Amino acid sequence: MAIWCARLAIDRWQLAEGPRADPVALISESAHGPRITAVNAAARDAGVRPGTMLTDARALCPDLAAAPADPAGDLALLESLALWAQRWGPWSALDPPDGLLVDVTGVAHLFGGEQMLLADAAERLGARGFAARLAIAPTAGAAWALAHYGPERAVLSRASPLGGGGRRAAADGEGLGRQTGPHRPAFGGPPPPEGEDLGALHELPVAALRLDPATLLVLRRLGLKRIGELSGVAREALARRFRSVRAPAANPLVRLDQLTGKVPEPLLPVLAQPPPLVQRRLLEPIRHRPLLDQVLGDLADDMVRVLEGQALGARRLDLALWKVDGEVIQRRLELAAATRAAAHITRLFAAKLDDIDAGFGIELARLTASWCEPLALSQRDFEAAAEAHGTSLAACIDRLSVRLGAGAIRRPEPVAGHWPERAQRWLAPLDQGRAAQESLAFHARPLKLLDRPELIAVIHASPDGLPRRFRWRGSLHEIVRAEGPERIAPEWWRERGAARLRDYYRIEDAAGRRYWIYRHGHAADGRGGTPEWYLQGLCS
Amino acid sequence: MDLAPLEQKPGRETAWWSGLASAKRTPASGSKPLPRPGAGEVRHAELFASSREASGAGLALAFALDQAGQDDQRPWLWVQDAAALRLSGRPYRPGLPASLRHRLLHVAAKSPEDALFALEEGLRCRDLAFVIGEVAGNPKALSFTASRRLSLVAEVHGVPLWLVRLDAARDLSSARQRWQIAAAPSLPPRWNPAAPGAPAWHADLFRARSHPPGEWILRDDGQSHLVAEWASPPHHGDLVRAVGDRSLAAG
Repeated sequence: MAIWCARLAIDRWQLAEGPRADPVALISESAHGPRITAVNAAARDAGVRPGTMLTDARALCPDLAAAPADPAGDLALLESLALWAQRWGPWSALDPPDGLLVDVTGVAHLFGGEQMLLADAAERLGARGFAARLAIAPTAGAAWALAHYGPERAVLSRASPLGGGGRRAAADGEGLGRQTGPHRPAFGGPPPPEGEDLGALHELPVAALRLDPATLLVLRRLGLKRIGELSGVAREALARRFRSVRAPAANPLVRLDQLTGKVPEPLLPVLAQPPPLVQRRLLEPIRHRPLLDQVLGDLADDMVRVLEGQALGARRLDLALWKVDGEVIQRRLELAAATRAAAHITRLFAAKLDDIDAGFGIELARLTASWCEPLALSQRDFEAAAEAHGTSLAACIDRLSVRLGAGAIRRPEPVAGHWPERAQRWLAPLDQGRAAQESLAFHARPLKLLDRPELIAVIHASPDGLPRRFRWRGSLHEIVRAEGPERIAPEWWRERGAARLRDYYRIEDAAGRRYWIYRHGHAADGRGGTPEWYLQGLCS
Repeated sequence: MDLAPLEQKPGRETAWWSGLASAKRTPASGSKPLPRPGAGEVRHAELFASSREASGAGLALAFALDQAGQDDQRPWLWVQDAAALRLSGRPYRPGLPASLRHRLLHVAAKSPEDALFALEEGLRCRDLAFVIGEVAGNPKALSFTASRRLSLVAEVHGVPLWLVRLDAARDLSSARQRWQIAAAPSLPPRWNPAAPGAPAWHADLFRARSHPPGEWILRDDGQSHLVAEWASPPHHGDLVRAVGDRSLAAG
């Protein structure tokens, strides 16, 4: 069964904003200005069509109101509709931007026949506020064609409505795996007369073959306007004309075979994956913390059991507590590694429950694992003491990030960058990072880097000689040894052209303290005044 | 760290259990710790250093490498509070010792209380090789009780802690060794005598549980072991106190 929600975008907008009697158009920004993507009934009556520019449409209909289109939201709605449409068949597939395909093989008798099934679908979609055109056919391609271009609520019950005698038999044999065939009337209603079906697909325009606009243009120039005309042309001629295109959307022969069921057309079904969810309804609303801890422990145990059954581990857990007055308290927990340890989960949540106000009491507690990762069952350690001893690294990281914040614990990773402060970045502690080429370590680097290089006053041999003495944080350092300069150029792909280079020196003062300092620019580079000196790193 | 074998380089023996994880070495909490070779290993040491130099953190890393050896490939934790981070900078991966740089986990704590919490959690973790802390000044949170907690956790779980105290006064602490650290002039490198050489530290052990105090110049020998030489010659003649003008009862 193909469902075409012909006005999905505007229907969704009207469901959100309420029905409007004045003309409204949904627009999207294009290179030449706003372009109309969907219109409501009043605007269509006024002559506004999707695809025109908004300014052109306003010439026709001056009081046209415009609202931004939301293709991503429409797609999300379509996904939820696809799941909902599984009430009519075991699985359904998306047909973006505004269609659905539902497999109703052997299902129609449950609704009292195909016509009744279509009527039921149309009624329920209409009740939800969506105008839809529906069709049932043996193949997805034929159903799509009928839904978009055929008569209202068309039902086609033969595998090969186009071919002559021998070809039809062959197609029937192949079509057994998909739908219908000779067994179909056993559980369907009586099939419609044969001639009507043949005519139904023959008379459809070639656009019903789901071809792209360029191919449609070619076919129109060839004078082929209806599917019947296309099947009248010799097959070899079509194969030769479109021999170089493999994509089904550009090759009418492939589409024609998909329509008749000679070529299989795999569809990607939409599967609902409900997140693991456990909840407790409480007989008496609870107002005290020890009881809440008890409920939380029970929930964690239940969740661990659910996760274990699916061989999953939780990475993110959402705890929602419904209060008697209707307010919902939500707490979220992110874990460093997939886990199934109830005690660990309870302990981490307990730190987040200190500030909640139970009010008149909590009557429902629900724990959802909104992000899971596969976690196989693992064997316990042979030595029980080693397992019970201390915590694992992931548990330690979880405890630290719950108390100190998510970004407090991190791991450095090398990055290809010229400037030292950009040669490392910080990742989440268990993030593996990207594989990178090890940089060639020609030069010694300091143990620590100040977050901001600090300005120092330096006496150095003129004009560009070694530094001799510097003052940092109020005290004077006599430099006895120095190595440099190591010249590091600015990153030309990131800096402006006038950025100054840096000359780095590794120095040691009279007391043995070792630093990493640089001169920002040099005197003759013409990119500013006298270069300044900075202290950036402290060596061990 | 055991100082007695440290002075007899290079003939340093490695203990037979060094390949086992520390979790297996130490019995679970509650039972009495087993006597074992190398019991001179230190679990909690404090290094007092100035925030104007990175010698405290550098020597803490050298101590940790010297004690842990090259075999241990577990990650290690470096905890800094906000003041220490601002004063003495952030760890820089290319400058860390090559065997440590890929295993670093860094914690930037906002307050000394958070830093102590992170240190304690790190010490409880069986997957960490060692923990290094950097706390600036003498915060109220780092009391004697807090340091006692750290000592006990480190000894029960067998994870060593090197706590660097930046610009701090020598307050009460239960650390097993307490050092005063300063940078020392390095030996001139072989190929460029005018350049700074491998790091050296002037280390003054002023309080230790199992070792007499002393002053040394410590250097890294290039194979992640420390070599020590006396900074001031030991006074072997001072074992008997000079007789002074005081009564015998005063001791």
